[in-house]
Amino acid sequence: MASQAETLDRIEKPNYLTVTHGLKSWLTTQDHKRIGLMYLGSVSAAFLIGGLMALLVRLELIAPGETIMTSTTYNQIFTLHGIIMIFLFIIPSIPAALGNFLMPIMVGAKDVAFPRLNLASYYLWVAGAVFTLAAIISGGVDTGWTFYTPQSIRQSGSILWMGFGIFILGFSSIFTGLNFLVTMHKLRAPGIGWFDMPLFCWAIYGTALIQILATPVLAITLLLLASEKIFQVGVFNPALGGDPVLFQHFFWFYSHPAVYIMILPGMGIISETITAFSRKHIFGYRFVAFSSLAIAVLGFLVWGHHMFVSAESEFSTMIFSFLTFFVAIPSAIKIFNWTATMYKGSIDLSTPMLYTLSFLFLFSIGGLTGVFLGALSVDVHVHDTYFVVAHFHYVMMGGTVMAFLAGLFYWWPKMFGRMYNESVARVGAVLVFLGFNVTFLTQFVLGSKGMPRRYYDYLEQFQPLNQMSTFGSWILGLGLILSAWCLLRAVRHGKRVGANPWGATGIEWRTPSPPPLENFEGEPEIPYGPYDYHVMYGGAAKGDHT
Amino acid sequence: MNDTGTLQLPPQASTVAPDVDALYYFIFWGCTAFFVLIVGLAAFFAVKYRRRPGDTYRPSPSHNTPLEITWTVVPLLLVMIVFVWGFRGYMKMHTAPGQALEYNVIGKQWLWQINHPGGAVEVNQMYVPVDRPVRLLLQSEDVIHSFYVPDFRVKMDAYPNQYTSMWFEATRIGDFDLFCTEYCGNEHSAMIGKVHVLSQVDFDRWLEEAAPGPGDDPVAFGERLFKSKACNTCHSIDGSRLTGPTFQGLFGRQESLADGSTVIADENYIRRSILEPQAQITAGYDPVMPTYSGILRPQDIDALIEYIKTLQ
Repeated sequence: MASQAETLDRIEKPNYLTVTHGLKSWLTTQDHKRIGLMYLGSVSAAFLIGGLMALLVRLELIAPGETIMTSTTYNQIFTLHGIIMIFLFIIPSIPAALGNFLMPIMVGAKDVAFPRLNLASYYLWVAGAVFTLAAIISGGVDTGWTFYTPQSIRQSGSILWMGFGIFILGFSSIFTGLNFLVTMHKLRAPGIGWFDMPLFCWAIYGTALIQILATPVLAITLLLLASEKIFQVGVFNPALGGDPVLFQHFFWFYSHPAVYIMILPGMGIISETITAFSRKHIFGYRFVAFSSLAIAVLGFLVWGHHMFVSAESEFSTMIFSFLTFFVAIPSAIKIFNWTATMYKGSIDLSTPMLYTLSFLFLFSIGGLTGVFLGALSVDVHVHDTYFVVAHFHYVMMGGTVMAFLAGLFYWWPKMFGRMYNESVARVGAVLVFLGFNVTFLTQFVLGSKGMPRRYYDYLEQFQPLNQMSTFGSWILGLGLILSAWCLLRAVRHGKRVGANPWGATGIEWRTPSPPPLENFEGEPEIPYGPYDYHVMYGGAAKGDHT
Repeated sequence: MNDTGTLQLPPQASTVAPDVDALYYFIFWGCTAFFVLIVGLAAFFAVKYRRRPGDTYRPSPSHNTPLEITWTVVPLLLVMIVFVWGFRGYMKMHTAPGQALEYNVIGKQWLWQINHPGGAVEVNQMYVPVDRPVRLLLQSEDVIHSFYVPDFRVKMDAYPNQYTSMWFEATRIGDFDLFCTEYCGNEHSAMIGKVHVLSQVDFDRWLEEAAPGPGDDPVAFGERLFKSKACNTCHSIDGSRLTGPTFQGLFGRQESLADGSTVIADENYIRRSILEPQAQITAGYDPVMPTYSGILRPQDIDALIEYIKTLQ
């Protein structure tokens, strides 16, 4: 498919990877693309560590009783798995890695609004990661990622290391959100109005709003927890006159919106890939865009649904259950619009599309099982069981991680100018999909049958399903390792590609792969909108509606 | 009423279970329908509109407001049914009938202390009559715990600074698993027990036996307590070493303590060891015993001492 224009791209002009050399040029870079790649490497390392811990947890649970570790070790490992995956991996993953790389290009800017702050955010992430992981050396923490009091107050001093680490990570997240908001407000190229932005940018916008508004609450909560631990100020600790339920309110006031920090960017990616691989205009652009904002707003009003068996009043419980069902609707709207986008398309089942379809399948299950948890009487039964574990893995991993992989395989040729081996990548995608379902579908049944979460040991009736789940985790691990190998190999050995290997409309595909230092050679050309496949392929004029 | 459970749900053994399960399956089939619709359509489109060489552009609409309104309003109406149904079921779980039997349940790392009506106290074992509402007043001595009986479909957290309550009415005689479902530290997954549902006749007899009358033989009662309060998990009566020292020959023996002093194991030593286990640790053993203060009444401790005296 190499046209003459694409051949011209290959004439070696310096791109962002080759413009300067050496470690120092990376560590002090202010280029959003390089910072994005540094984030990508770092969060992938976190994902690897968290993933290995998940495999250890699953291995321990292959049989009841002690299998490979003591209960103390197990409890610390599942806690670390959760904390690493949430705070070090999922929250920064898509916005800080792919968002950093792509959003400025997508709005036609040369960089983010505050490039130095962007680099500082990265180093805050590194510092936060160091403090968080220092907790392992200083004795470990066993609280789960939720830090419920009084269990967390009764921990050794290592809880302070971890709390401080997460406090710093929060600022990294806030600064990134702020930077992105200002970039989208101020640096959009002429010709790119709000509704000419790709939906990925809308998703990043919604995410940034939540990052700025919700993360300070987490910081305040952690400060209160620390002052209670160090200065014996009674806030959450009943022994000092505090209230442990108050902690849960504070914690979930951040952590529920944080769920949308985790999923919204993934939804943004799906809007890009499903259109590119269907060669279709997104169905219902405004509904998809506004549903991101609706999620960002409604997400702040449902934190109490984590506390249906936590001594919350019946009245609050009713309100929170009611609102919870409302937050389900914008996600449903997105799912319907994505499916409708495929109608009468020209559908290419390349790897990014396989991950996109995996997302549709798995995220639908994740979302629909949320209905069980929102229904009060059913929640009382499945609350704090493996049903919840399965539900949030379907949303976080089946949703966000599948979207992240879809995005990586979609934009990888843009980032490195080379294409991976498609056959290997497809095998990886199929293994990930199968392994994921074997691992987590079984956990829904474990939970609805009554097995509580965070259990080191379990009754014999739960063994067959636990075993199956552990086998699934091996398939999943294999698929992920294969996919990672496939991508990494392509960086050096992949076939070179031109500016637009997928034939997509987004303006990131109108600049060379890899892009030059300031993203475009001259002013970016915008001959059609981000989803104007009817213009690109159908011969319609720009601005025509289909 | 379902006695063996289904593929997804455990057996039903309380009055609220059938309603919870009916809602569960209502949601399950509703979600299945939506799921099949979405994934079916996506799969159908992926096959029917698969990219072929020489594909030409197929015009199709990029938005349709009536369709958007339909797929916003229809799911909203359906989830509102689920909301009302779930809330009604929840209110039933939260409104204990006036004539309920009252139990006090105390969670502590890592056991459930169940104070039965009439004063009998059990550890991890709860005895209730069938077909009678039972109300539990929950509290914790340390961190948060959560009382969960899957077959009854009920669950409630226990807090150190306030009471919470729950109720159920068991509908089947039998033994049912009891779990702690709020992570509470190292032995969280060992904080499990059983709820024994007895016929009214058996329950009355159990209450009588568990709470001794003045005429009961203290030694026989002490022996029963030795087993029912789980002393026997850590203390043997045949001289073998378990987590704690054996009771064989204990009474009147001179014990060496961890701090180097010695003590004669008399009535006061045994009483103190039960109520303040950390005060006098026998040399060579770990200080791991929880206090039985509040679990054993004075007459229970008397009976245990009488029983230990016989183990020579």
